[in-house]
Amino acid sequence: MQISLNINGEDHKVDVDLRRSLLDVLRHDLALTGTKKGCDHGQCGACTILLDGRRINSCLSLAVMHDGATITTIEGIGTAEDLHPLQRAFVAQDGYQCGYCTPGQIMSALAMLTEAEEGWPSYISESLEAEPDLTDDEIAERMSGNLCRCSAYPRIRQSIAEARAQMRAAK
Amino acid sequence: MMAKDQATMDVTLTMDTAQPRRLDQMVQGVLGGAMARPEGPLKVRGAATYAAEHAVADLAEGVLVRATITKGKVKAIDEAAALKLPGVIAVLTGGPLLRNPAQGQASEAPEQVLPEVHYFGQPIAVVVADSFENARHAAQTLRVTYTEAKAEVDPETASTVERPKKSQIETGDFDAGFQAGAHQIDALYHTEPHTSAAMEPHASIARWDQGRLELWGSYQMLKHNVAELADAMGLPESKVRIHAPYVGGGFGGKLGIAPEAVAAAHAAREIGRPVRVVMARQQVFDMTLRRTETAQRLRLACDATGKITALAHEDRVSNLPGESYSEPVAQGTHFLYGGADRRFTHEVARVHRPAAGSVRAPGEAVGMIALECAVDELAEAAGIDPVELRLRNLPKTAPKGDLPFSENALGRCLKEGAARFGWDKRGTTASRRDGDWWVGLGVAAAVRTNVLEESIARVTLEPDGSATVATDMTDIGTGTYAILSQIAAEMLGLRPDQVTVKLGDSDLPKSSGSGGSFGAQSCGSAVFLACQGLRAALAKRLGTTEEELTLKDGTATSGNRRVPLADVLDSGLSATGHIKPGDTEDDFAIAGYGAHFAEVRVHAFTGEVRVARMLGIFSIGRVLNRLTAESQCHGGMIWGIGSALSEELQHDRRDGRIVNHDLAGYHVPCHLDVPQLDAVLLEDTRDDQANPIQAKGIGELGISGAAAAIGNAIFNACGVRVRDFPATPDKIFPHLPFDDWG
Ligand code: FES
Ligand code: FES
Repeated sequence: MQISLNINGEDHKVDVDLRRSLLDVLRHDLALTGTKKGCDHGQCGACTILLDGRRINSCLSLAVMHDGATITTIEGIGTAEDLHPLQRAFVAQDGYQCGYCTPGQIMSALAMLTEAEEGWPSYISESLEAEPDLTDDEIAERMSGNLCRCSAYPRIRQSIAEARAQMRAAK
Repeated sequence: MMAKDQATMDVTLTMDTAQPRRLDQMVQGVLGGAMARPEGPLKVRGAATYAAEHAVADLAEGVLVRATITKGKVKAIDEAAALKLPGVIAVLTGGPLLRNPAQGQASEAPEQVLPEVHYFGQPIAVVVADSFENARHAAQTLRVTYTEAKAEVDPETASTVERPKKSQIETGDFDAGFQAGAHQIDALYHTEPHTSAAMEPHASIARWDQGRLELWGSYQMLKHNVAELADAMGLPESKVRIHAPYVGGGFGGKLGIAPEAVAAAHAAREIGRPVRVVMARQQVFDMTLRRTETAQRLRLACDATGKITALAHEDRVSNLPGESYSEPVAQGTHFLYGGADRRFTHEVARVHRPAAGSVRAPGEAVGMIALECAVDELAEAAGIDPVELRLRNLPKTAPKGDLPFSENALGRCLKEGAARFGWDKRGTTASRRDGDWWVGLGVAAAVRTNVLEESIARVTLEPDGSATVATDMTDIGTGTYAILSQIAAEMLGLRPDQVTVKLGDSDLPKSSGSGGSFGAQSCGSAVFLACQGLRAALAKRLGTTEEELTLKDGTATSGNRRVPLADVLDSGLSATGHIKPGDTEDDFAIAGYGAHFAEVRVHAFTGEVRVARMLGIFSIGRVLNRLTAESQCHGGMIWGIGSALSEELQHDRRDGRIVNHDLAGYHVPCHLDVPQLDAVLLEDTRDDQANPIQAKGIGELGISGAAAAIGNAIFNACGVRVRDFPATPDKIFPHLPFDDWG
């Protein structure tokens, strides 16, 4: 079946097997291999992308469910010459080791920061109404769907905090 | 670009004696600092290509099929039905398919036993189709029949138990010495099996071109992997090339060639078309090497002053029949504690669980959980502070073999760590409470044996004055790209961004590969030696000596003569460095040392444990890159949190299969399990006996002892002594002091 996807601002028409995940469409059909497959089961977060602005595990969604969707992947947020503040911070803070979970961490962080801006509380937030205070623990809770077996967690969160400060200052 | 004086430029060093600290005399000032990884911008854009991602034309997809019996024979596979399914190209069974991955540094094919089946989950076939979905569907519906045999799967009751001679050690009279002690501890510890679970699943793309096999794989040690793959496929090594420019984590799980590589190579040869095989996450659990479970009996006795006088560390591990590897559980003990009367026994039970092999810090990672908790028990029995007890037991020479230490800063790490962590605030057992949480502190020593491996690297000074480093070494997240560019830049007086590092191609000079924490020091030494060769050649061209030559910022200076480097290079210079281990490893006990401190909170009613703070302080000789070295420490310490609190493979008692074979069932630590950590590296230590760059391994030291610090903190917090790890709530809450239920 043919579907259309807008990915990183570009329109694509893809003939997809009904069983094909959104993740495999990106990786196999469109050669967008920046989005990673760590488990294919929604258990690791390596495949995180933005679907219509929200983060999802692309391995858990069939491509045919998303005809007409707008998608952002790691390839769409910065370039070699002009990295996104999150990407810059991960490099500067050593917010990774092997780098395999990294695109997922960054895409997840990007959406997480938006969620916080919009006032979403997390499981550990003190108040459901107050503007979330993104402490290290709050970031940790909100990022716990992204596993990192290299265990770069402390510096992933430092990278996110640094990028957030820069993004706010730039506003 | 071979220069005429090539022979004199190549440098080989066998590590027979202590080496001068030449790097300390260099002036570029880029080594040791917190330099960001050069490949970082690729990784954060998703532009670094991992094994499954290489663009190879006309790829077919292979999916592995696993055995669903524990032991017996594959009787028949109904290929005809599978071949009728859409897109299916071939169903391949038998032939070279591997039973399990090769052990680290095996350099020969592992067991190839089909049609026999030796464990539940063993690969028995590969189905190849035009798409992943078609291959997966056919693999899942493949009809397989078996003849089943009875299999033993429980290490405790296994009828075949081997006792390797070299691991049964008795010194003095242990029984008498133990009896005579002023204080004694006799405790039985257990640790559950672990798995590496690198985030990148095992993946290979195989392509044949005129009888030569090219493989893009996720592997740690290419020279060994080439030998293993060639042996498995019946090829000379010259006909195999492996690429692994980026590896999405290894931790021992990608040391040896694994079933998916041979399946891809076999299938590609059979169908005459490139084939990609990626293990599903569950298959990574089922058919790659696990860390064995351990049962460990620790007996320690000390005199009235806390000095350990007798020590026994006895263990049982398991493995599949036919695997020569067994977890060296007591390895760290030999480096840590003296006592005249000693006993070590080591048993390997043969069971039909998935094969066991190296997982981060084989030996120390589990052996030191038991040892360092038992030492805490001894301190408690003797009424001596656990830091103090360890300080009273610092050996002057290595207990095993009475060898002098090359460098050992354990005492310094314990003292400095205690001061930084606020150890003096540690209260008596179960004395600190914060709301519903007990709070406590724990300590453990860290030690990890240090190994140098033969390694070769080529460094080329290009005509424009930039440099290229080439070696088949891999970067599995450890920072190889960064540290090799720093070493070359330091030696040659360049900015690190003027050094291009080429890794992960088996056609390049053969290195140690990544494993056993020997990668950085081994291939780093090779790069150092190659640069020394280049420096000597440059000195000759400038009419001076290597010692007199100063290289900085692209300029060569000798006496009052200054020349831009590019002016003396002509068509460029190339040298090879070759390091080999030598006598120092027999003459000295060489190991990394450190100490772990943990603060935990134990929930007073549920027994849930949270790590609140953790500090690791380590002495690893020269620090090559502070940033990447600290990241390695973090990784190790967090693996310590995992093995202390949550990681356990669960085997079905009936058939040995791994029941929790995914990341929802096997709990690696996640963000919220991990606080900000304090990783401290002693920066002024050098190990002159280890290698010519005086650096030791760090990737495994950080896990060694870490879980014990947490176990000991649990005891200090609530008085529950956990001896079965991981310390899940069910092992804690039945024993909690409940007098404050109110
Ligand atoms: S690959 Fe999608 S969550 Fe793991
Ligand atoms: S950086 Fe390797 S898994 Fe996160």
